[in-house]
Amino acid sequence: MTALIPKKGYSRDAVNLLVRVVATFGAMLGLFILGWILWTVIEKGIPALNLSFFTKLPTPPGMEGGGMINAIVGTVLMTFLAALGSVPVGILAGVYLAEMGRQERFATVVRFVVNVLVGVPSIIIGVFVYGLMVVPMKTFSGYAGAIALSIIMLPVIIRTTEDMLRMVPDSLREAGLSLGIPRWRVTVQIIFRAAKTGMLTGVLLAVARVSGETAPLLFTALNSPYWLHSLKEPVANLTVTIFNYAMSPYRDWQAQAWGASLLIMMAVLVTNIIARAVFNRQFRGRK
Amino acid sequence: MSLHSEPMTNPGTVTYGIEGDIKIAVRGLNFFYGKAQALFDNNLDIVKNRITAVIGPSGCGKSTHIRTYNRMHQLYRDQFATGSIQLDREEILTNGVDITSLRRRIGMIFQKPSPFPMSIYDNIAYGLKLNYKLSGSELAERVESALTKAALWNEVKDKLNQPGTALSGGQQQRLCIARSIAIEPEVLLMDEPCSAIDPIATAKIEELMIALKELYTIVIVTHSMQQAARVSDFTAFFYTGRIIEFGPTRSIFTNPRVAQTEDYITGRFG
Repeated sequence: MTALIPKKGYSRDAVNLLVRVVATFGAMLGLFILGWILWTVIEKGIPALNLSFFTKLPTPPGMEGGGMINAIVGTVLMTFLAALGSVPVGILAGVYLAEMGRQERFATVVRFVVNVLVGVPSIIIGVFVYGLMVVPMKTFSGYAGAIALSIIMLPVIIRTTEDMLRMVPDSLREAGLSLGIPRWRVTVQIIFRAAKTGMLTGVLLAVARVSGETAPLLFTALNSPYWLHSLKEPVANLTVTIFNYAMSPYRDWQAQAWGASLLIMMAVLVTNIIARAVFNRQFRGRK
Repeated sequence: MSLHSEPMTNPGTVTYGIEGDIKIAVRGLNFFYGKAQALFDNNLDIVKNRITAVIGPSGCGKSTHIRTYNRMHQLYRDQFATGSIQLDREEILTNGVDITSLRRRIGMIFQKPSPFPMSIYDNIAYGLKLNYKLSGSELAERVESALTKAALWNEVKDKLNQPGTALSGGQQQRLCIARSIAIEPEVLLMDEPCSAIDPIATAKIEELMIALKELYTIVIVTHSMQQAARVSDFTAFFYTGRIIEFGPTRSIFTNPRVAQTEDYITGRFG
């Protein structure tokens, strides 16, 4: 065997520099586009955000002083209902995947289906719920909107729940079981406790994800210029309102669309920041 | 001396000088990870109120062996054991066994300290409350007594409401010991309990073990030959899933009867 001759470093240094430049450029491009969007939406949205925006019903084009209170209420209510349905089911499914079904074939199938579901375009889910509920009930409705949103949230919650539970080391499960604590108690009272902030983060991110969805609502809740009377009829919501107003030829409606966009963007941003803060606090505490 | 219905006859293991009441009797134990066999025809008597050390090189099946005593392997679907393990002459490897009460009788301390994500007090109180009916004051008494037995009370008595995870590694491990002995098991399995902590904490835990053997039957897996020599009454030497030699600790360390044992304890391999 001959002695090992070290490679010369020049070409390696050049490649290193190249990768560094390209990667930095990519990161800056992403940041730049995000900043641009934020800036545009803030610049055009702020003038529309006044008291009547948050307190009044929409007015016909040309009439001053209209607001979006009905759409704000509609969006919040439907998102809340969607979370009410998808959070328990999603967490239970995540528990099954992470705790009970680990090596079961059925779990592998479920996991695959969930991954596919995450990637299904939301408009398809809108059309699906349209066929499932709107057609037989012969009306667009808030319930249909909430169900479409909950179907979009479900796979996100299942996946984050499973991931977060899996991050809890098996040693903690074994420690619980070794004290003669039944499996379900170990899961609910020990493992959940260890994973709770991660699971909460997952729920918040799922909420943030659906709060900007338009296509599924277009086919289900539609929209409405009126106060919310019942979830059995079309329900006003921010995203479809933005869609309608932005496409309209009226300047004041367009301005309000910018305002609503800013509102949603801020809500999503705040939700994400809260989720991150909650998540970071846990992991700093744990070390 | 065995109380087991079958005497210990195993040509593979050199066994001698095991005296006392038998708490756990292992006969013909085989263990499988899927298709891979990890333990081969293990036979062992664990003597009551004594410390039995299990030594051997990494991967020889020490942990696997003691994890069958409380059927911890059942958490994992493709792991299974065949053969017989009797606790006070009752078979524990059969299907009808109440695993929850079995694990209440056989406590376990793990390599990595694993305090529950709750306060120091609740770490002890949680298992107590689930296993026994206790009044509030009785509970507090038992928490204190468990922490005292684990030589931790003086260090934590002023911060019982702080999270258990905020303690140092050695304190966490003593918290886990306190948690286990609080529910008054009969047997304490310790799977390399000192491998993640410093020598001072190790010395404390060793003192603790010697004090605790009056009350409990202890089995300890250890990589430290000195530790086995310091604390244990009996030692079993494992090699590639087989028990090579099993006898009084003093004899094993001063006058091993099998060449493989001697090679291992003198540091010639492993």
